[in-house]
Formats: sequence, C-alpha cells, structure tokens
Amino acid sequence: MDYLELTARFFSLTDANVRIVVAGSVLLGAIAGAFGCFTFLQKRSLIGDAIAHSTLPGVAFAFLILGEKQLHWLLLGAAISGWLGALAFNAIVRYSKLKLDAALGIVLSVFFGLGIIMLTFIQKSGAGAQSGLDKFLFGQAAAIGRADVLILAISGVVMLLALLALYGRLKLLTFDSGFAASLGINVGLLQFILTTLLVVTVTIGLQAVGVVLMSAILIIPAAAARQWTDKLSKMILLSALFGMISGILGAYISFLKPHFPTGPWIVIVAALIFSLSILFAPQRGLVSRLRRHLHNRRSMTQDHILKVLFKAGMDSRSWKEFTPRMQIAQMWSFTKGELGRGLRKLVAKGQLKKEGNMYRLTESGVNAGARVTRLHRLWEVYLARYLELPQDHVHRDAEEMEHIITPEVEKKLEEMLGYPLLDPHQQEIPYFDKVEK
Amino acid sequence: MSPDFWVILTGILAASACGLIGSFLVLRQSAMLGDAISHAVLPGLVLGFLVTSSRAVIPMVIGAAIMGILTAFLTEFLSRSGRLYRDSSLGIVFTTLFSLGVILIAAFAGQVDLDQECVLYGEIAYTPWDTFILSGTNLGPRSVWILGAIFIINVLFITIFYKQLKITSFDPQLAKTVGISDRLWHYLLTGIVSLTVVASFESVGAILVVAMLIVPGATAFLLTRRLWLMLVLSVVFGVISAVGGYLGASVTNTSIAGFMAVAGGFVFAIIIVLKSAMDRNKRLVAKPSDQLNPIQATLS
Repeated sequence: MDYLELTARFFSLTDANVRIVVAGSVLLGAIAGAFGCFTFLQKRSLIGDAIAHSTLPGVAFAFLILGEKQLHWLLLGAAISGWLGALAFNAIVRYSKLKLDAALGIVLSVFFGLGIIMLTFIQKSGAGAQSGLDKFLFGQAAAIGRADVLILAISGVVMLLALLALYGRLKLLTFDSGFAASLGINVGLLQFILTTLLVVTVTIGLQAVGVVLMSAILIIPAAAARQWTDKLSKMILLSALFGMISGILGAYISFLKPHFPTGPWIVIVAALIFSLSILFAPQRGLVSRLRRHLHNRRSMTQDHILKVLFKAGMDSRSWKEFTPRMQIAQMWSFTKGELGRGLRKLVAKGQLKKEGNMYRLTESGVNAGARVTRLHRLWEVYLARYLELPQDHVHRDAEEMEHIITPEVEKKLEEMLGYPLLDPHQQEIPYFDKVEK
Repeated sequence: MSPDFWVILTGILAASACGLIGSFLVLRQSAMLGDAISHAVLPGLVLGFLVTSSRAVIPMVIGAAIMGILTAFLTEFLSRSGRLYRDSSLGIVFTTLFSLGVILIAAFAGQVDLDQECVLYGEIAYTPWDTFILSGTNLGPRSVWILGAIFIINVLFITIFYKQLKITSFDPQLAKTVGISDRLWHYLLTGIVSLTVVASFESVGAILVVAMLIVPGATAFLLTRRLWLMLVLSVVFGVISAVGGYLGASVTNTSIAGFMAVAGGFVFAIIIVLKSAMDRNKRLVAKPSDQLNPIQATLS
C-alpha cells in the first residue's frame, strides 16, 4: 500500500485500531519516561533491564496454566515474576559481597533462561504456534487491543496518582536518601514502592516494546530530558514527552511495515531524540559547550594581544608606534590562526588600528590593555599578601584570573588592597585608564 | 561421536571460556558490560553476514569485535563528554545497537541466516550438524573448533597477563602508580569479551551468554578470595551448569541453552544460601571470644 495513504490513516486517527495503538503507545511512553527519571538519577538505570527480563517466565507460566492468551492474566504473571526478580537481585546484594551489577546480570539471564525453557515447552506442546507469546520478546504495538488499552489506561491513572502523591518523597529519596531517612521517612519502604511502580511500568510496556528492549525506554528518554533541565519536575515532564514521541513514532513505523517488531523502532527514535539533546541542548549540549569553550579561548587571545601591546608601550607611556604582526606573534605563544582572528576582531572592535601589516592600540585599546595588566598584577598582590605565596608562585594563577575577574570583584580587590602601586615583582600597576575618566 | 557428546562439549567450552573472562567482569564490577556487549555485537554479526553472505568466521569476528570496542568507546565518551552516569550510558549504547541489529535482521530477512529467536537463545542443538570440513575430511562441529580456539586464547591471555589483569581489577590506583594503564586493560578485556561472546553467540544467544559470563564467576567469587582459585572454580561451575543444563533439557525436551542458564542459577542459589548459613554459624560461634579482650581471653 501507498505509504502516504497509510501515514494519513495513521495520523488522522480515523481508524479505531490505530486509535487504540496510538493511545497505548502514548500511555506507555509517558509512564515509562516519567518513572525512568528516578532510576536514572539514582544511578540504577539497569535495574529496569533485569526486571524486564524477569517478567518472561511469568508470562509463559500464566499461559501454561490458562492454556490460552488472556492478556490481563499474562500481565499479572509478568508483574509477579518481574517483582520476584527485583526481590532476587536485592537479596543477592544484601546477603552476599556481590555488587548490584553482578546481581542484575545473574537475575536477568537466569530468569530469562527459565522463560525460554517455558516458551520452548509451550511451542513443543503445540499450543504455542498461535500463542503470539514471541511478540513479547521484541514487542508488537499492533497487538494492543481494545481491552488492553483499558488495562493500560487504568494502570496509567493509578501510576500517575501514585507519582503525584509520592512526588515529594521520591524526590528526597532520589537526591538524598540519608536526609530522607533523618526526616523519619521509611526509606526501605519507599524504595520498595518505587521498585513496585517500576515493575508495573515494565509490565505495561511489554506488549509494545518487548522484554528485551524495555530498559531502553526507561533510560533513554530520561537521559535525553536531563540534558535540557536541572529541575526534576521539568525533567519528568520532558522525559514523558520524549517517551510518548518515541512510542507513537515506533508504532507508526511498524504500522507502515508490519513485519518489523515495534520495540527496536521505539528505541531508535528515542536514541535519535537523545542524540539531538546531547548535541544541541542549550546548557549541557556538546555544541553549546564547545562554542562556549571556543568563545573563552578567543577572548583570552584578545586579552593577551592587548596586554602585550600595552606592556610594550608602558615605559615610554606612548602607544603611537605601529608594531608589525610578526613581532606581535613573538611576544606571546600565539598560534597563527588565533592571532589572525584576534587581531581582526580587535580592529573591528576599535581597540586596534591597522596599517598594512602593522598594528597599534587605539585609546580604548590602551585602556583595555591597562585593565588586563592591572587585574593580573592586582591578583598577584592579593596572592602574595593574603596567601603569603612567594613571588615566583603568583604569576601562573594570575595568568588565569586576569580573564575572569569581573568589574565588581576588581573594585573589591582594589579597595581591599588599597590601590597598590607595585606588584610583587616591583612592576607598576597601571590605573590611568580610570583617572582619565 | 554421538550428537549429544558434541552438544555437551560445545556447552562446556562456551561455559569455560565465558566463565574465565567473565570472572574479571565480576571483579571489576562491570558485569553489565558483558550484557551490553552480548547485545551490541548483533549489528556487527549481521553486517558480517551481509557483506560475505555466509557464516564465515573471520568477518563475523571482525564485525563483532568492532562493535564490542565501539560499545566500550561510546560508553566512555557519553560518560565523559556527555556527563552521564556510566550505567545509563551503557544502557543507551547497547539497546540502540541491539535495536539496529534486530531491524537489520528484519529488513534483510531473506539474506541473513539468523532470526530473532536464534539471536536470543541460540541453536546449540544444531551444532553437531554444522561441521567443519577441511579438504574432504570431516573434522567435527565448527563451533567446537571455534569455541576451543577461544578457550585457548582466553587461557593464554589470562596466564600471560595475569599480573596486569589482577592488579587493574583489584586496585586500579596501585596499577596507575606502577605504570599499568587501567584503561588499556579495560579495552583489551572488552576486546576479549567481545571475541568470546561472538564465538558463543551462535550456540547460546545474546542473553544466555550473559549467564555463562557472569554466573560462574559470581558463584566462585562467593567462595574464595584468591584469584586463581576463583578462576578454577568458575570453570568448574561453568562445566557443571553446562552438563546439568544439557541433562535437564533432554529430560524435559526444552531449550538447552535456557536450561544451562537455569542450572547455573540453581548452583548459584545453593551456594549463596549455604554460604550465608555458614557465615551466620561462624559468627555465632565466633561471637563469645570476639567479645573478650586479650587479657580476658588469656585468663579464660
């Protein structure tokens, strides 16, 4: 069929089946996204993986007892065995010297092995061919039916209420469980409730995402949301949104190509959102961090150019002479590219005047150079006087501070040190850019 | 030789090779790296198939080793430059790579001799019939040869670099001060784990290979503080779970690989219960004399 037509059918939501699938995926994505934030922040992201794999024997067991596929019983079985899995890895950590990672590895592989045994048993007993249980491995959103959505919706509402009711406590538990305990909160019980909520989340997601990849939708949206905000409430909302988008698009792709399982597509969409977030988020994003870094380096280069030219003319108090570029390059360890860019930028700012291949400071350039030099030397005085550092130890630190000190700090320093005239190396500290004003 | 023999031998070789190298994952508290690699090698395997359109060993191994190292590298990158916790970055990387692998399999279903179920729990039952034939002579199952080679590689790797592996696993700080790079050995170990995983993948699948990597080493870890003994015990437990799993599976006529995992878990459960009961006894016995101070102890 034509993809365009299918797309229209999917997004117009006229088809009742499509509505059900979309509703299911939205619910699942939102819930998983929201609850994933807590395990993410507790640095226990991978417990979702262990719980998800642990649900398999429960699903198979429920099917074995009932002999037919009744979703609510399968999900109940899944929840119980997922919860037993969680109990098992907590017990291993508690009663042995093994750490959480080994406990998770043991529980997920052994429970999954048990599930596989039961699945092969079901398949060989003949009933398995049409059981559709294998859909639980990689997920098939299209398998979500009307009754299933009802279950999803009810558990979704319960989960949302639980989140709202426990939000404050969960927040405390996540960021400072020691403090939570000192307030009289039963941390063990709360952690237990959180684990149970996580088990329910995983169970809800089984149909659409599948056992194997369920952990991804708990981790990836949360990690993406973390890039955009430092506030837990915002992070939960964003993570839920990312989860929903991944759910819908995953369902959409497997609607276009029914022989593809849904789970992997949901993960791929979530991973795309994550990549965009980690690259382009405004504060933490790699691109903006790189840009800030570059910007800092460039403004440092400009400071250095101003400083060396200012110092060159300081003894004669005259900055009228032009200095050739070659000579400037030797005054500081500039790289060729950064010197060129810095000079261009300073000319554009009006702090340098260019003639041919020669440069000199303008009046505002002299003042700016004086300020950088003063900050450097003031900081040296401060270090020598208050930290009693020997004079050969103060230069390197001042080399960094000269770019950082703000006008407010500058004023404080000057007042505190009493406008010193000489730095620890007996060099003059220039103030005349201020006097002229 | 009967098919049973070959299946058991395959299981034993896989379990021993995995158990040896997995012990180090347990010691370094990066057991989930084993889980991650066993998932992440999938796209490498599929691409290996697609490029050569056969089950040739070399391209598969190369593809998978690249993916293993890529996993370690991306995880490192995300935790350093992306400022994420290590476990989340691991979770993000391996689920994404595994998804890519599953999608590739679905997309090239006709051309790739792998299906989604086989990826998860392997086809150890078919190993006796996939034989290695060299100039007309039947040399036995291919996977026995591959796993045997990997087992020998692992034993050699561990004996030759025993000191480096030991010191980086137990005390990375000390390793640094004596000039052994923790990172280099982390990547080398990752490479070896990837090789082992790929070799075992066909037989036991992505998730059950985790059982072989982690469970025997973890069981041995409960019993001893000596590295060499832990390694020996991990092989012993691996062999027990392979043989026991095979027997259990043939009695119930179910998944052999699944049963091997469960047998390992069963041994682990017995040991952990016995061990904590013994520790409790020891504490009870030891308690009275612990409470005496040295003078009282000599007097009594």
